[in-house]
Amino acid sequence: MVEESGGVTTGAPTIPAFTRDQELTAFRDMLLIRRFEEKAGQLYGMGVIGGFCHLYIGQEAVVIGVKMAARDGDQFTTSYRDHGHMLASGMEPKRVMAELAGKRGGYSKGKGGSMHMFSRTANFYGGHGIVGAPAPIGAGVAFANAYRGDGRVSLTFFGEGASNQGQVYEAFNMAALWKLPVVFIVENNRYAMGTEISRASAQIDLSKRGAAFAIPGKQIDGMDVRIVKAAADEAIEWCRNGNGPYLIEAQTYRYRGHSMSDPAKYRSKEEVQKMRADHDPIEQVRMRLIADGVSEDELKKIDANARKIVSDAADFAMADKEPDPAELWTDVLA
Amino acid sequence: MTVNVLMPALSPTMEQGKLAKWLKSEGDAVKAGDVIAEIETDKATMEVEAVDEGVLARILVPGGTENVAVNTPIAVIAEEGESVADTADHAPIKRVGEEDKSQKQAEAVPPAPGQTAPQDQPGDANRAQTKAAVEAATPAPKATSVAEQPSKSVAPEVPEGTTMVSMTMREALRDAMAEEMRRDPAVFVIGEEVAEYQGAYKVTQGLLQEFGAKRVVDTPITEYGFAGVGVGAAFAGLRPIVEFMTFNFSMQAIDHIVNSAAKTLYMSGGQINCPIVFRGPNGAAARVAAQHSQDYTAWYAQVPGLIVIAPSNASDAKGLLKAAIRNDNPVVFLENEILYGKTSEVPALEDFVLPIGKARIARPGKDVTLVSFSIGMTYALRAADELAREGIEAEVIDLRTLRPMDMATVIDSVKKTGRCVAIEEGWPQCGVSAEIAMRVQLEAFDYLDAPVLRVTGKDTPMPYAANLEKLALPSVAEVVAAAKAVMYR
Repeated sequence: MVEESGGVTTGAPTIPAFTRDQELTAFRDMLLIRRFEEKAGQLYGMGVIGGFCHLYIGQEAVVIGVKMAARDGDQFTTSYRDHGHMLASGMEPKRVMAELAGKRGGYSKGKGGSMHMFSRTANFYGGHGIVGAPAPIGAGVAFANAYRGDGRVSLTFFGEGASNQGQVYEAFNMAALWKLPVVFIVENNRYAMGTEISRASAQIDLSKRGAAFAIPGKQIDGMDVRIVKAAADEAIEWCRNGNGPYLIEAQTYRYRGHSMSDPAKYRSKEEVQKMRADHDPIEQVRMRLIADGVSEDELKKIDANARKIVSDAADFAMADKEPDPAELWTDVLA
Repeated sequence: MTVNVLMPALSPTMEQGKLAKWLKSEGDAVKAGDVIAEIETDKATMEVEAVDEGVLARILVPGGTENVAVNTPIAVIAEEGESVADTADHAPIKRVGEEDKSQKQAEAVPPAPGQTAPQDQPGDANRAQTKAAVEAATPAPKATSVAEQPSKSVAPEVPEGTTMVSMTMREALRDAMAEEMRRDPAVFVIGEEVAEYQGAYKVTQGLLQEFGAKRVVDTPITEYGFAGVGVGAAFAGLRPIVEFMTFNFSMQAIDHIVNSAAKTLYMSGGQINCPIVFRGPNGAAARVAAQHSQDYTAWYAQVPGLIVIAPSNASDAKGLLKAAIRNDNPVVFLENEILYGKTSEVPALEDFVLPIGKARIARPGKDVTLVSFSIGMTYALRAADELAREGIEAEVIDLRTLRPMDMATVIDSVKKTGRCVAIEEGWPQCGVSAEIAMRVQLEAFDYLDAPVLRVTGKDTPMPYAANLEKLALPSVAEVVAAAKAVMYR
């Protein structure tokens, strides 16, 4: 069913229920991303963070739903709206924030910035500034998994804007041809910068974009973490069983601009407000937890804890030093 | 009226082949389209068809003959009823190496004065160049093949008394890959036609049979995609060898070579390295025109985070490809189609690995320094031979690695000679030789007795016509002229 206001498919025939623990995990993890991004926005305004800064606010259910379905060792790869994916991968908030601030304690020693971050230990393969790049790179990570036969699945995210790049289909073809264990997750937030999907895509049902390669696709409500998790469970199992790639189109929404310098002229304030009010992924979980009898106090504690982690991360990032000038010349070659 | 059947060329760069066998005998009647013989090269096998109806009057080259030059008459077809005896006088078999080079040289006259291509030269070097070109057009002794020169100077890099084996660059590259694949299970080859077809240029011949389809992976025609897949696999710890059928097609993939492979170690603060080799033939082949004849050396050599290698002979190709595969960085390994079939001496060592980033003095000399790499060495070494006959001792340096570039070897040489000419097939502006000239003036200014000159491909797309193509490429005459110009001779 498609709502007229938001255009987001809500409701699935049956929405798989979460246990209370799962709801709490989803709430805590999504809230950490939300608070982290809010803080990043503030720091950008203060000039602590420079360049491009793309916030994930509104899309939290996508990466957390997938994360909840993933197994240790599965890899994450995405493009440049990547802070949420890093936190979901288990990377330390203070080192992510330090990187945003261009400080030496950042994951890339301050040399990558918001769009280019990696962590081998967390199995996070970027953080890519070229929007379509995650597709072949994530397929390549899956190629390594298949080569080794280690049962890992590559979880590869990109936006609906990137889904119009040719390299995405080159990757789809090879992934299907070689039955690579990769789940392609298109985060359809409806706007590629300022271009609404119907102005850029001849086929706006992006779950069909793999059909030419016989890649099974599913279009889901990416604002409901339970639905994302259920779809990811199915997709990951499909991949792990050696059936090849799987495509998920997660319909989602970003509340903030494309980057911090967004003119906000291409959509109405009412549209944004309506999505926030009716479909917020965190609020949905919060309401269910309250209905389930979890106290406001407990949820406030979780929020307070998230704020504390983020505040500490900001303090760390601001107090941390810039990279040593000698770092200009390091890490060019291994 | 008899018709000669000529030894056919299987590719624009084929110079010779083996006449494997005759399927018809003298006296047999043939129709147009009948297969009469089989030809083999190291790259492929092909059937020769009769082009006319008649009788196979005479077989001029027996089955099993090796090294039959392209265009040699191999048989005579006579019209029905024509006497076979009439066809007795035919040119004898011509083998490669015996051909008269003077005609080829005569065609190599560079542009007339005033039309001279924009090479760098001081004062009246135009005239010197023309003069040299005229001299070059006179019959010269047999040209030296690239491959014949380097073995003696390779010697210092291999132990005294090492047995040398003669092999083509194609075989050396294949052996390098096979050895590294035996050594490290993380090494695999991926690209178009690398497996079942045995390599578009037969460089991966036999790898599928030894290592199987898991490690020798045919791709669709999808350069951007498989370059990205290779990079992802390398991030995840494998060691891909990505073959581009030619580097012209790497332009489809340059985003992943530069943005993903070269930059990620830096962007990740040293966490994620990319141990990948992008290899394949680069630059002009023969008669394939503008979109298949570009030299990308300068493009890739500009990018920090890449290593760029361009060998000129089989030995360097083997030792450096093995080093490239073991290297933890992305390596752009630029081969050359024309050099694939050239034979040279390769040390028969169990594990012959050469250092990356080290130039080689291919020919010592004291008067002028010629710096080049890859097929540019062909011109440089031949020019050195010609200069020697005029009493000029050129020192010829093969850079071998373009990034990092071993300028110390070049500077040491220039300090000795005071004169320098850089040679490359790539375009002049912002080219490799522009970089060499800059570095030489910076680091050896006080030693220079003349401006540094360069001989490059001309500043045009590559034309198709044979004469124009020849003009577009550097020539031995241009190198000789430039060397004389910097010597004011």
